[in-house]
Amino acid sequence: MKRLALLLGLVILATVPFWIGNSYYTNIAAQILLYATFALGLNVLVGYAGLVSLGHAGLFGIAAYAGALLINAGAGHFIAILGALGVTLVAAAAFAVLSLRGTGLGFVMITVALGQIVWGVAYRWISITNGDNGLSIATRPAPFGLSLNLAPGFYWASLVVFLVTLGAMAVFAASPFGASLRGTRDQPRRMNALGYNVWLIRFLAFLFSGLWSGVAGMLFLYYNQFVSPQVVALTSSAEVLLMVISGGTGTLLGPIAGAALVVIMKNVASAYIERWNFVLGAIFVAIVIFMPEGLVPGSVRFWRWASGKLRRREPRAAAAIPPVSQPKERV
Amino acid sequence: MTALEVQGLDKSFGGLRVTSRVNFSVEPGERRLIIGPNGAGKTTLFNLITGELRPDRGAIRLFERDITRIASRRRAHLGLARTYQIITLFPRETLLRNVVLSLLGLSQLRWNPLRRLDRQTVLIDGARAALDRVGLGHLADRPLAQTAYGERRRVEIAMALAQNPKVLLLDEPFAGLSIDERRDVQELLAAIPREVTIVMIEHDMDVALDFAERITVLHFGEVVVEGTRAEVVAHPRTREIYLGE
Repeated sequence: MKRLALLLGLVILATVPFWIGNSYYTNIAAQILLYATFALGLNVLVGYAGLVSLGHAGLFGIAAYAGALLINAGAGHFIAILGALGVTLVAAAAFAVLSLRGTGLGFVMITVALGQIVWGVAYRWISITNGDNGLSIATRPAPFGLSLNLAPGFYWASLVVFLVTLGAMAVFAASPFGASLRGTRDQPRRMNALGYNVWLIRFLAFLFSGLWSGVAGMLFLYYNQFVSPQVVALTSSAEVLLMVISGGTGTLLGPIAGAALVVIMKNVASAYIERWNFVLGAIFVAIVIFMPEGLVPGSVRFWRWASGKLRRREPRAAAAIPPVSQPKERV
Repeated sequence: MTALEVQGLDKSFGGLRVTSRVNFSVEPGERRLIIGPNGAGKTTLFNLITGELRPDRGAIRLFERDITRIASRRRAHLGLARTYQIITLFPRETLLRNVVLSLLGLSQLRWNPLRRLDRQTVLIDGARAALDRVGLGHLADRPLAQTAYGERRRVEIAMALAQNPKVLLLDEPFAGLSIDERRDVQELLAAIPREVTIVMIEHDMDVALDFAERITVLHFGEVVVEGTRAEVVAHPRTREIYLGE
């Protein structure tokens, strides 16, 4: 049953360009996948480590900027991707060393500051980043000779990257290291007394989170063939954090649902409603009130509650029969 | 050979001296009880021994090895385990997963991001055995959040025992338990083999006095009296400080 649902989901995802049939919406689907990849990366910290980062757009943007600079310097796409991810990992390590000095609010504030530093560099170091005008790249890669220039091709490439990310997250979450990380979220003191190196576990989780944020950053660069300081602004960090929280932290599907919600609101709803931000805000408020644990766990809870109510109604109907028959027996 | 030795241990929080020149040593296999009124510095002493706090002065030795400057997490690997007075467990996980985490802490597997934890039969069987030992085997797959307080106290002990420690520090293992539950825990502790040295903090004199061979009385961070059960109970200082006479 579970395998069938998984297979069905894969078939639906793989055939999106055919049944959507319109390159505008196929592009939006690709955007959902790229933000879902980003949100899954952030979820490692927010969900599994219990460390809320508000500076992840910095890592996302560092990957995109590094990739753009390498490509414009004449590097091939393969080298540019590897180089950009390497730079992102180094940046994530620096972010982690600085921000892991605190937990809770301290951690949040340090990540905000780091994200703002990246934004300041992107905005002001014009000789390298081209400031407000941003950087453009001329081409998208063509893996195995397949062109990604049209919407369906790029969608499928994004889908492959997204599925690899999702698979990596599923393996990670079920692994002993994943359990160690969740342990440091729930009882860091106990974990230390049990023999775990809490700091190192969090540090490695930060690198893992940064790596997938970098992967998403490269997808973003190739999708837009352009990167500007807006990408690394605080609002971008807040947006991806909202995706994770609204979908459900510490779950596999939550960040994906959150990414879909935000991207759809941003692109589709904004075509009909000028104040789409207002609508998105209202949705977030509704989620916080009715499903504080997020859309995915909240829906699961609602489903269980509803199906439990239905099931309970049946035995009650059955139980209503015996009292009717009992008097007959007495007679 | 001593299992645990504390020498000239000092610890102050600002102007408050919570541990003052504390000396004591525990023989291998011994059952030692530490008593003292609230605020005597008993839990602080445990936190110093496990390394959660750093002493200002003094030394701590585990089987003659100086561990004063060894990181807290390494001490678990050297055979030191503890329970907490305030229950410190993983509420979102099952009882089994709680104990698995305890075993995983001493295993190299804890760094492995690729294997599946629920297929690590050695860890899982070990955790089941530890839960059986405290009489909770039948609740292994229940989430911790759905268990009673008395059961959680026993999970605390199961987690410490699962690590197969050489020295076990029990911080008020009877706190908040009913009379029946106390008896269960008492039997459980009595069944721990003599390879494990036990140091226990406890307020409940009835159960605690039966358990211990030697007793150390702490008062305002100082060791006031130390000796056998009879000596300590008969000592005028104990009566003055602890029994309030």
